[in-house]
Amino acid sequence: MKILSYRNSINNNRRWALFAAYGCLILFVIFFLFPPYYMLITSLKTNKEIAELSSNPWLIKQGLTFEHYKYLFTETPFLTFFKNTIIVTISVVIITMVISVLAAYSLSRLRFWGSGVLATGIFLTYLVPDTLLFIPLFKIVGWLGLLNSYWVLVLVYPTLSVPFCTWLMIGYFSSIPKEIDEAALIDGANHMQMLLKVFIPVAMPGLIAATIFAFTVSWAGFLYPLAFIYSESEMVLTVGTVTTLIKGDVFHWGGLMAGALLAAAPPVIVYAFLMDYYIAGLTSGATKG
Amino acid sequence: MKINNLFIWLKQKPRIAFFMCLPLILMVACLIIYPFFYSIFLATLNKAETKFVGFANFLFLFKRETFWLVVQQSIFFALVAVFFKALIGFIAAHSINAIPSKGQRKWRGMLLIPWVIPPALSTLGWWWLFEPTYSALNWLLEKLSIDAIPWLSETFWARFSIILVNIWVGAPFFLIMYLAALKSIPEDLYEAASIDGANYWQKLFFITLPMMKNIISITILFSIIVTFANFDIVRVLTRGGPIDTTHLFATYAFRVGIESGDIPLGAAVSLFMFPVLAVLSFIILRNVRKRTNEV
Repeated sequence: MKILSYRNSINNNRRWALFAAYGCLILFVIFFLFPPYYMLITSLKTNKEIAELSSNPWLIKQGLTFEHYKYLFTETPFLTFFKNTIIVTISVVIITMVISVLAAYSLSRLRFWGSGVLATGIFLTYLVPDTLLFIPLFKIVGWLGLLNSYWVLVLVYPTLSVPFCTWLMIGYFSSIPKEIDEAALIDGANHMQMLLKVFIPVAMPGLIAATIFAFTVSWAGFLYPLAFIYSESEMVLTVGTVTTLIKGDVFHWGGLMAGALLAAAPPVIVYAFLMDYYIAGLTSGATKG
Repeated sequence: MKINNLFIWLKQKPRIAFFMCLPLILMVACLIIYPFFYSIFLATLNKAETKFVGFANFLFLFKRETFWLVVQQSIFFALVAVFFKALIGFIAAHSINAIPSKGQRKWRGMLLIPWVIPPALSTLGWWWLFEPTYSALNWLLEKLSIDAIPWLSETFWARFSIILVNIWVGAPFFLIMYLAALKSIPEDLYEAASIDGANYWQKLFFITLPMMKNIISITILFSIIVTFANFDIVRVLTRGGPIDTTHLFATYAFRVGIESGDIPLGAAVSLFMFPVLAVLSFIILRNVRKRTNEV
């Protein structure tokens, strides 16, 4: 009898805990998702309905329209921004992965004078924010003649992406058992073969996580393009959407929201498919190493 | 023959190792270390960058009321925003961990969306929510018969809005880190505590929090750096206004250095972030090392 009531009280506690957990989650989902929801709603409303003060702004009552999306593609340089962003991002991802995989292989397996200091130094550079160095970089890219060209971003974004990616890859490479290299070595493999045929395939999850990180840094960057680029033809999505779609005093709210959503779509899609790899990579740094 | 090869390979090791790190070393030297020292040099020049003026730029800033406002606002903003991000992240992680594991992935995915959207773009959505005439938030308040709030035009509310948006963007990061840490706590600790008759709060304070101490401190310190150095949200929402009361170091440096064209003064403003960043980085490094030694 006593045991039974004890079990009952545990079940009751469990039920309450579950109830509270779902309650919190629902509140958080509302808080986290209402801004994107409102952006979507606005982008699908007619201009007339957006301007109406009396109607409920959270609903569409006068019919869906895709006019804002059409406006983006036909009357603004939105597609140019998209193209520029894709070029910049692909270049940054390739450069980042080459630099960080080479360095991580070297730092996790080979030792040379100063390699320990270098590994610590990389971690510290990861903590340097873009807002600390944008002013001297403004002068430096000016000397290089890269001001107002999107290639400047290909030069400076790796400083934000490489440190973390290297750190991450060092962790993944270090977890590969040493016996594997020895076996490959006895079979006569050189460093490049070992890296390409053994390390990269084995550390693929880490490689995917690092790629997503570099992609995110490059796609979402805002300060550097805002400081270094001012022609519409050279702009990337973040700055292009925030600055050039806002013209004069009449805001084209529908178009603005449509632009922001389309610009945010690629990272959202990438995360939807590869979230688990990315989270595993991100948290392994903190929980394991 | 094979042993001979191995011998040569070992001898070549340091040189190859160094060459593989060379791209990284060059990048760090040319685009991080050099710009840092160059920015110290820049900060000692006059506006036209023709004359050495020593500490004149720093002294000038010390005498400006706006600068002290920026210092205050940056510190206040970082501490308040990080506190709430950590709190919300912790509650959310705990809630996800408490529900059946089948549904966890779905809830986690939904709660991560603010963190996935580039902040400059999601802030644009918030800007539209705060828009004075059409504010959809004020529409809701009006339905609850609360007066409209001047979200971005009054100092108090503008600071509030910026912190709110920053919490919205940053809380999911804490959620991920804490969820990973929660999952790494062995289940038998809780079972043993239950058998000893521990209640929910006792388990939280004597098992969960001590086990997560290190992750919590690393995540908080890291987030203070990122929040303190934030640029996107303030830039899109208020551009530092009303009358420079919401500027952070980064946005103020941008205003002074890039927009007003006084590059040396702008460099001086961003350099003020350095001592704070250096101290925080040092503590993080020590924590990470401690953590690595434990494992």
